[in-house]
Amino acid sequence: MAAKANFETPAFRPYPVIPILKPGAMKGNGPFVAKPPMQEALGFPGELIDNWHDVAIEKMGELLKKYRSLRVYLDACVKCGACTDKCHYMIGTFDPKNMPVARQDLLRQVYRRYFTLAGKWFPKLVGAKDLTREVLDDWYNYFHQCSQCRRCSVFCPYGIDTADISMAAREILDSVGKGQKYCNEIIAKVYKIGNNLGLPEPALRDTLEGLEEDIKDETGVDVRLPVDEEGAEVLVITPSADFFAEPHIDGLIGYAKVFHQAGISWTLSSSASEAANFSMFIGSYENMRRVALRIREAAINLKVKRIIFGECGHAWRVAYSFLNTLVGPFDFLDQRYPIPQHICEFTYDLIQKGALKLDKSANDHRRVTFHDSCNVARASRMGDMPGGQFIIPREVIKASCNHFYDMPADTIHDQTYCCGGGGGLLTDDLMELRVKGALPRMEALKHVVDNYGVTHMAAICAICKTQFAKVLPYYGFEMDQIISVHQLVSDAIVLSVDEI
Amino acid sequence: MGFWTTFYALSFYTATLILVLGLAYKIYQYAKTPAPLKVPTMPAPLTTGGVVVRVLMEVVLFQSLFRSNKWIWLFAMLFHAALWVVLLRHLRYFIEPVWFWVVLVQPFGKYGSFVMLFGLLGLLVRRLFVERIRYISSPSDYLMLILLLVIGGSGVMVSFVTHTDIVHFKAFMLGVMYFDWQPIPTDSILLVHLTAVILLMIIFPFSKLLHAPGVFFSPSRNQVDNAREKRHVAPWAIKQFESPPPVVD
Ligand code: HEM
Ligand code: HEM
Ligand code: SF4
Ligand code: SF4
Repeated sequence: MAAKANFETPAFRPYPVIPILKPGAMKGNGPFVAKPPMQEALGFPGELIDNWHDVAIEKMGELLKKYRSLRVYLDACVKCGACTDKCHYMIGTFDPKNMPVARQDLLRQVYRRYFTLAGKWFPKLVGAKDLTREVLDDWYNYFHQCSQCRRCSVFCPYGIDTADISMAAREILDSVGKGQKYCNEIIAKVYKIGNNLGLPEPALRDTLEGLEEDIKDETGVDVRLPVDEEGAEVLVITPSADFFAEPHIDGLIGYAKVFHQAGISWTLSSSASEAANFSMFIGSYENMRRVALRIREAAINLKVKRIIFGECGHAWRVAYSFLNTLVGPFDFLDQRYPIPQHICEFTYDLIQKGALKLDKSANDHRRVTFHDSCNVARASRMGDMPGGQFIIPREVIKASCNHFYDMPADTIHDQTYCCGGGGGLLTDDLMELRVKGALPRMEALKHVVDNYGVTHMAAICAICKTQFAKVLPYYGFEMDQIISVHQLVSDAIVLSVDEI
Repeated sequence: MGFWTTFYALSFYTATLILVLGLAYKIYQYAKTPAPLKVPTMPAPLTTGGVVVRVLMEVVLFQSLFRSNKWIWLFAMLFHAALWVVLLRHLRYFIEPVWFWVVLVQPFGKYGSFVMLFGLLGLLVRRLFVERIRYISSPSDYLMLILLLVIGGSGVMVSFVTHTDIVHFKAFMLGVMYFDWQPIPTDSILLVHLTAVILLMIIFPFSKLLHAPGVFFSPSRNQVDNAREKRHVAPWAIKQFESPPPVVD
């Protein structure tokens, strides 16, 4: 696979040096542009409109009034340079426009020109620029080289979040008819069929039945994977990759076994068979709300008492941070549990209570490390204390296996490096970017592989898992070295035979 | 009244008006613009008290910058800390009698000026020689540092070299404040200092110096992490999507 690539996989660096800039290294046309029917399904113009200039400026003005973040971030940057070496895409590509502040400046230069006195009167002095076709193309290209991972925001003295800025930029691009194919096609599919993969209900049922049989064959126990079961206690919302792709599917089996052991009834929903909410990536509050609404409706229709989310990074951000805002209040659910809850929180609680029997030695053939997914690490939480999102998944892993090793401290927790495929970039037309952006994570992984003999990296995000399965081989690893956290649980859990 | 007295007195009024009204407008604008989503950079505090501590750590100690880059942090800290001490020392030109603690600050302010200049030079050198920072710099970024160097340099000159008659100058300053103008000492270095300060005051609300109020309004730093417990919705979102409010059966 690596041999076919028409770009070079970056070499591991003997020690981390700050790259010499290569201006224009990633200049290009960006990812494929969305086709008119997809655009229209989301309420955007089908293709680039004639008066894009005026509409874009008008949209920017609207967003500046709606989002304090955008206004403050565009004003406050002092160009201190602290963020310039923090982005994995900068590290992997050397393109200066992948420095977070330079990426922001693509939008900021236009903001200054049209919305500030300094930029109106002295554009050259303050680096303000007219919105030309060239600038618009740069937006499209470079705002699709940001995985919205928020790493830069951790290090900025004002917390300026390039993720927010790239969401705004993509929203402006959508509003003039220049949307990205990958994201917008997926959102359109969710509206039409209920999930990102376009997996229809009968196929979903078939898949789940097949999985039940597999578990039965392997363990001799009837573990159920119910769908659309009215009156179940818990509605599980999980990324659709969990239904069919490795290593995701082993995570799903893990959830099922945990519910089975806990004796808590649960169900999936065929109308909300997708945790992902790609509308966040394109910054569209309206679409984000529409996608989230399916979950509320499914919960009401199925008369459940709790909602639990499966392993998915940005879905957990939307769930934890935005769900209540977008489609709350959830006063019809059981208020004794967090709304919504993460599957890791759920499993962790059961482990704390001693309700799960885990045989760690079942994972003795694995030496495991954990990849903090950016949206979980820097945009949400688990448990009842700050930083619970770092502790809980690790505790679940440690309860399931004997050999756990963390990657270097500056690559985990809130300093974690993105997998390289987040933020709507997980598409083949961005393969070069994805491989190069994975460099810092691959280096960190190599460190624990060399020093502790680590064999597997566990993750709790569908995008991370898919991305790693694809890019690991470019760096000399095997694609199956990436696993689900609940796969470890699944392998360690000792099932009791009595039926629920 | 001489020309210079009139000129500087009027300039001070204008600059003060622009600074105060400009900042008031920007602060009003920041405060009024809603933050429709919960977007604190996690891990974030769970309480308002925790958020106050977090923001203070950013404002006083530049906590994130410290994690990020020790050199920038060092120069930034030297510059800003010294700036505050120098400004406190300056209070003596505007109050009579001079408060006790302002008297205490005097020597620190006087020598703090060198620390301030050192910090500014460090930042300028980085901006000129670190490739990544040079790439992101516009002319205004250099000029801002140069302006501050001119202010600091001329201040030091007045303080240590030309020894301007401060009693005389203070009479002018108080006269400006109480609309009872007194002649300004026309020492050229002092006038350079004042001109540069007036320029800085005028530029402030239109430039990146808005980072000073901005840091208090940054949603990624000033939001409480309680999205699950407390519903957070912007007025525009309610208006657009929830009137009438959703019905739960
Ligand atoms: C709430 C008060 C303030 C805070 C928290 C603050 C914080 C910061 C921080 C963290 C930086 C980035 C590091 C650096 O490049 O130096 C910075 C830069 C800067 N600050 Fe402030 N600042 C404040 C007030 C001021 C004021 C009142 C001035 C005006 C005289 C000022 C002038 C500057 C300048 C010119 C820079 C850019 C330095 C450069 O070019 O690298 N700051 N500030
Ligand atoms: C209305 C505003 C200001 C006035 C009237 C003013 C006036 C003066 C005067 C009269 C001195 C000479 C002190 C002496 O000889 O003892 C001085 C010194 C100085 N000024 Fe200012 N200044 C102002 C604002 C500023 C600002 C905004 C800064 C920094 C950005 C600054 C930085 C300095 C420094 C570093 C010195 C030398 C150290 C010292 O003696 O305190 N000044 N200023
Ligand atoms: S959000 Fe992540 S990908 Fe985007 S600029 Fe910041 S560090 Fe880079
Ligand atoms: S760290 Fe923040 S203030 Fe400094 S250059 Fe980057 S975005 Fe601007």
